[in-house]
Formats: sequence, C-alpha cells, structure tokens
Amino acid sequence: MTGAKETLRTQLGGNIRDNGMMLALLAIVFFFFVVVRAVQGVDFLSAQNITNLFLQNSYVIIMALGMLLVIVSGHIDLSVGSVAAFTGAIAATLMVNQHWPFWAVVPTVLVAGGLIGAAQGYWIAFWRIPSFIVTLAGMLVFRGLTLWLLAGQNIGPFPREFQALSTGFIPDIFGMDRPNMTAVAVVAVAILIIIWQNLKARNQDAAFGMDTGSSAVFWVKHALVAVALLFIGWKLASFRGLPNVLIVMSVLIVAYAFFTNQTTTGRRIYAVGGNEKAAKLSGIKTDRLVFLTFVNMGVLAALAGMIVTARLNSATPKAGVGFELDVIAAVFIGGASMSGGSGKVVGVVVGALIMGVMNNGMSIMGIGIDYQQVIKGLVLLAAVIFDVYNKNKQG
Amino acid sequence: MTAILEMREIGKSFPGVRALDRVDLTIEKGEIHAICGENGAGKSTLMKVLSGVYPHGTYEGEIVYEGRPMAFRSIRDSEAEGIIIIHQELALVPLLSIAENLFLGNEVAKNGVINWPLAFRRTEELLAKVGLNEAPGTPVEKLGVGKQQLVEIAKALAKHVKLLILDEPTAALQENDSQKLLDLMLELKAEGVTSIIISHKLNEIRRVADRVTVIRDGSTVSTLTKEEVTEERIIRDMVGRDMHNRYPAREPQIGEMLMEVKGWNVGHADQPRQMIKDAAFNVRRGEIVGIAGLMGSGRTELAMSLFGRSYGRFMSGEATIDGKVADLSSVTRAIDAGLAYVTEDRKVLGLILDEPITRNVTLANLAGVASGWVLGKGKEHAVAEDYRKALRIRTPGVHQRVVNLSGGNQQKVVLSKWLFTNPQVLILDEPTRGIDVGAKFEIYAIMNELAAQGRGIVMISSEMPELLGMCDRIFVMNEGRIVGELSREEASQERIMGLIIRDNGQQQDNGEKAA
Repeated sequence: MTGAKETLRTQLGGNIRDNGMMLALLAIVFFFFVVVRAVQGVDFLSAQNITNLFLQNSYVIIMALGMLLVIVSGHIDLSVGSVAAFTGAIAATLMVNQHWPFWAVVPTVLVAGGLIGAAQGYWIAFWRIPSFIVTLAGMLVFRGLTLWLLAGQNIGPFPREFQALSTGFIPDIFGMDRPNMTAVAVVAVAILIIIWQNLKARNQDAAFGMDTGSSAVFWVKHALVAVALLFIGWKLASFRGLPNVLIVMSVLIVAYAFFTNQTTTGRRIYAVGGNEKAAKLSGIKTDRLVFLTFVNMGVLAALAGMIVTARLNSATPKAGVGFELDVIAAVFIGGASMSGGSGKVVGVVVGALIMGVMNNGMSIMGIGIDYQQVIKGLVLLAAVIFDVYNKNKQG
Repeated sequence: MTAILEMREIGKSFPGVRALDRVDLTIEKGEIHAICGENGAGKSTLMKVLSGVYPHGTYEGEIVYEGRPMAFRSIRDSEAEGIIIIHQELALVPLLSIAENLFLGNEVAKNGVINWPLAFRRTEELLAKVGLNEAPGTPVEKLGVGKQQLVEIAKALAKHVKLLILDEPTAALQENDSQKLLDLMLELKAEGVTSIIISHKLNEIRRVADRVTVIRDGSTVSTLTKEEVTEERIIRDMVGRDMHNRYPAREPQIGEMLMEVKGWNVGHADQPRQMIKDAAFNVRRGEIVGIAGLMGSGRTELAMSLFGRSYGRFMSGEATIDGKVADLSSVTRAIDAGLAYVTEDRKVLGLILDEPITRNVTLANLAGVASGWVLGKGKEHAVAEDYRKALRIRTPGVHQRVVNLSGGNQQKVVLSKWLFTNPQVLILDEPTRGIDVGAKFEIYAIMNELAAQGRGIVMISSEMPELLGMCDRIFVMNEGRIVGELSREEASQERIMGLIIRDNGQQQDNGEKAA
C-alpha cells in the first residue's frame, strides 16, 4: 500500500455502489430540474413540489425499511400492498362505522398489522414454506378481505386528527409561520447530530486502530449532505413547514439504520441471510428472527396503510394495488442482494427516492403512464445490472 | 512411447497475480500421470488452460496434442479432441436420469428427436464398462457421490475420451469407493485411455500413477517416475523445503477429566432408525482425542447431536463438563457450557463467505463485542485483528471478505470464531480437509497450543496418519457405536481397521442369528 492515494482509492472504490446511487439520484433531480423548467416553465424544486415528493413517497420508504429486513434475511413479501389496503380499511371501519377515537385506532391497527405479519411469518419461519408462496397467498387473501370489509364501497371521510397523520404539518413554535423557523431549526439540529455522531464513531474506530480513510473525504461528504438537507429544510420552511409524515419517516429511517448497523439483532439478520446454516450453528435462533422480520413488516405495512388512507381521506378497495412492486424495486435499486445477506438502509431510501422523483418528474412533464412504467422498469434493470457488474469486477 | 500431450512454457496472469509461470508438462500416451501441488500452486488453472476454459490467446506458451498445436477456444473444442475434464464439483443434473445425464448436450437423437431405446442401450453398455450396476432411468440424485463419479466417467467415455483429467476425484469418496475408482482408472489405462489425476493423497498417487509432476508457485518443479516417487520427495518438492516432521512436536500435559459423554443415543431426524447407539467417550484437560471411523460411521452425527442437538432426534444420554451435567439442549446453551464445534464443511456450515473476516469472527459471540444491544465496531475490529496475528491468517486486512481467502486461512477464521467463545472443549470435524500441507502444519500447531492452554480437543478425521500423529487417545466408531479406545502407544492403522472390520463381522453374525 502506498500511502494516502491508495487508501483514498480503496475507500472510494469500496463505496462505488453507495456513492454511485447517490450521484444517480442527484443527476436525476438535476435532469428534471432543467427539463421541467425548459419544457413546462415550472420549478421542479419548488417548496410545494418538494413537500409533495415526501407526501407521495413516505409510505414506500416506510414499507421499504421493513422489506429490507425481509430481503436481507433471504425472503420476500409480496403481500404488503394488500396488507396496507386491509389495515387501512380496518382503520376506516373502526373510525367511521364504530366511531372509535383516533388515539385508539392507531395502536389497534398497528397490532393488527403485526398479527398479519405473524400469521404469514409463522408458516415461513417454522414450517419452511417458501415466503414467495405464503405471501402470494397473503396478497390474494388480504385483498379479498379488504373487498369484503369495505363491501366494495369507499369509507370516509375521517376526523381531522387522523388526516393529519399524512397531510398535517408541524406548526411553527416561533410563531413566524413563513418561513417556518421550527423547520429550519429542526433540520439544523439534525445536521449537527449527524456530524457529531459520525465524528464520534470515526474517532472510536481510529482509537481501535481501524483505517478510517481520509478526513477530507469525510468532511466533503458531510458538507454535501448538510447543504442538501439545509436546502430541503429551507424550501419546506418557506411553504408549510415540516410534514408530520416526514418526521415519522425520518425517525424510522434513523432507527432502522441504527438497528441494522449497530445492534446485535440487526447483525444476526444479515447472518441469517448470508448463510442460514452457519448462523444456526453459531447459536443464532434463525427461525425466530425470520418470524420477527415478518411481524415487523406487517406493522410497517399497517402504518403505511393508515398514511395512504389518511392521505386519500377514504379507504378504497383498490388502495395499495402494486405497492409491493414499488417497495421491492426500491430495495433492489438500493443495492440489496436477491439471495439475502446484504443491503443498506441508506441505499433503500435512495432507491425509493429515485423511483419517487422519477414518478413525480415524469408526471409533471405529462409523460403517459405507459412510458412511465417502461422507464421505471428499465431503471430497475439498469441498477441491478450495475450491481452485478461491479461485483464481478471486484471478484 | 510417444507423447500424447505437451504443454510448453505455459504462463497465465490474472490482474495482480501471476498464476502460472512457465509450466512444462509432458504426458505420454497411455500413462496415468499425477499432478501434485499445494492449493493455489496452479494445478486447476493449468487444467483450465488445457481444456479451453481460458481460451487460446489469454495465456502464453503452446499446447501440442497428438503432434498438432492446439488453440482451444472453449471446452467444446477440447472435448471434440477427446480431452475431457471431470471437476471436483460434479457437473451432473441431479433430477435427470443417468441416461439423460450421460448424453446431455450430446443426445442420441435424429433431427432433435431422442431415440430413447438406443440411448438406454448405450447407457447400459457404458455403465457396465465403469462397473456401475444401476438402471439407466435412475435419477442421479438417488446415487451416492462415488456412483455419481462413475457416471461422470461414463459420460466421458460416451464422448470417446482419449485424455481423461480427474480433479481430486477421491476427495469426497469413502475408502472403498476410492479404491473402485482407482481400479477403474487402471482398467481404462489397459484400454488405452490416458489419464491425468490431480490429487492430494500421496498413497493413491503411488498406487496408480506412472509418473508425477509437482507444481509449486505456478512452475513445474519436477517430474518423477514411479521408481523415484517417495512421500518425502513429493512433499519436499511441493512445499519447497524438507518436512521431516509433518506433525509439530508437543509435550502432552494431561490434566483432570474435562468432558465425559455417557450412554448417548440419537435417532434419525425423520426415520425410526437409531443413528448413534450408546456412545461414550471422554476428554481430559490438555488432551487431544481422536475419533476414527469410516465415512457414515456416525462421527459427525455424534458431534452435531452433542452440539445443541443440531443433528437428529435426541433420545437419551448425559454429558458432563468439569464434573457438572452440561445443558447442551440448544446451540447457545452448548456454547455457554464451554463447547465449540468446528464443522466439517466450512463453506456451507462454517462461514458467511460474502462477509468480512471481522463479522465471521464475532458471529458466535456478538455479546463479546457489544455493550447491551449495541455493537462496538472498533472492538470487533480489534478482536479480529488479534486473531489475525495470533493464528497468522494471511490476508490484506481483516475487512477482506472470507470468500477471497485460501482454504487454510478460511479454516483459521472458523477457528477464530470458536476461540472467541472461549470454549473448554473443541470438537474439530475434519479440520484439515482440503488444506495444503503447509497450512495443515499450522492448524496442527494451533491445536497443540490450545491443548497446552488446558482445553480439551476432540478431533474427527478420515485421515488415519493425521489421527495417529496428533492424538493422545483414539476412539474408533462404527455404525453409530464406539467400538474401541486405543492409547497413543496402542494405536496403529491396522488396529483401527481391525476394530472396524471385527465389529462389522459381529454385526453380520448377529444379523444372521436374528434371521
């Protein structure tokens, strides 16, 4: 090894995937920014559109966090769209027909989601029925139950508190309203925490003699992230502030990033997907972990189901159709391996945003749904080809 | 004698590695030629050059076959010339029948329509030739590894093989299957087929080979005739130094009783059959105890059933560690009780190949690098780094994925994983399988070191010289039972085999009486 140059290259080389997807996202955003302005004369990065982007994609990101764990453990869940629809329908029925209060509905529906996940995970984990089959069955069963529960009708509208789950914003405690100083303050604090935490981790690693890479790379990377977050924060502040759902989503992203990276249970899920037999012989309770990933997936699908229902302000039999494909695509674009054992939260979020930005941008440009599907399909294919190509090159 | 094949000054480079550097190899017509070398010496690369896996133009040097220079661009080209290679990992389709496998890609067909009666007739002829008594319609997955190997050879014969290359053909075979295979090679030789055999097993090389070429670090070291071949000479050429002692010296310091297993009975997981019958053995502190036996004698089953009931259906039995009854009812409890089991198949059962050394080392004891629920990545790195140094794992760094390591170094990673659980008793199942001579020596040294620390080692091995060289006592297993115990002084290959054969005889007698 010849000094700094070598380490810099290996560091960048090792992260081709992560950095590549991040750059791809930036490139796509930039592309739409230029094209939308030129063709439509509209600002793609307007405060309103950025807000919309988060409102439209939060549920995909939330479910993709659960799907990441499922895929990392070596499985798949095709039922999430139907489960989201069904749990949304349960929430609607409880509120509108049974007049349950909002605060009782949310936990009840989350538990229902967990039970649905458990019902599917039981067969997968303890009976070793392939997850593809079990969740394909679940996809049909819960779609059917949705139709039955709603009796083919839409149920709505909902109390304001429930709608706020999706369309509410954090009010400005500083009383300025526009720009919303709370939003700016929250983002600024978040940036400081990110830098502080990563710096702490970096110093710890160094103390144990780990190669931490060049500090220039560290600071440049964090400066870019900080600028991007501040930009988004400022834009949101100048519109209606931070959407509630953005807060929920961000908390979950941080929690899952921590869980997958820094906890023993998270590590064990990767081990199960990497080599189940070896994991088992190392004292890891593989069946129970797989079961729990499906329970977790059910809970997140229920949360996403409520967010979607709240956004539409009605539960419909057709809600969530095709969600599973968006969610699974986001995880694979984010770099998870089909065979399990690898994948990162950051990648999944970037993957989901790539899909989301493309949906949004193409819709603004007025591209037909036919072309949109073709383009999204090709992007998924390209991302995975890029992955495989990189892996082969590394040998 | 004329040469059927000459490979002259073959060189082959991969990015960053010179895999072959001027290898010369001459194969005479009608001989059996053995190729020896450590793992990574370049044997497989050389065979891939020969068979066209690495096409002409990607290597240097020339290949002259039957007097003509050859430029193979793919396996198809080399097979058309009658050069057929049988890889270590067999290339059969498990769910297809023997007949379908034999003619795969080479079907007995006219205009794409297969003539099944003819195909079956030819299959029967070919099977008779290799001495395999199975119906042509039998699915290959129903056959044992030994018989599958014979199917591979029959497949080669179906392609009118002239030069047959066998890459470690007996590595996965039992003793009697190996013998059959070697006999078959000699028969084929009598019919004029030339063979190349790549093998680690020096006794079989001596048995069948007419000449031996030793390769080291990508170059030919020597080509020896049958008369010149001795084990010492081959090992010296392979390793590049004299290895008088294949087993490191050790002064056993044997202490008090560490682990005792009594009346251990285990049934097959889903059949009524009993697999382990009333097994009993023990190991003292500082002692290396061997378990000998043929394949299928139940050694691995015994070890895995002890280690958290990872095999079969537990029936009865008791294990004590340090005089106290040990709870071995789950893997976690077995680890807590101070037991570790290094599996026979490290790639399938021992390692997560795509993950780095660090994560593999800490897998069985994540609590050891975590505070509560939260992992300490720095601590993990430091632990892996300690084991890298202590066990001399050769790697550019502990963040290297284990898939990139050689067999010996992978085995050291598995050992590190188990040492990090701080076990009192280590059961090592075939710890040196598929590892080259130099790395074997290092693994033996580590075992001695662990015994010297007062731990107990139980070593399961199919290689009797290894057991005789390493163990203070040897238990002999047969048909799921412990049929004898030999001290270091008593133990010899003859006595071990004697115990097994006598036991088989008794079983037969009992069976006849019962009938």
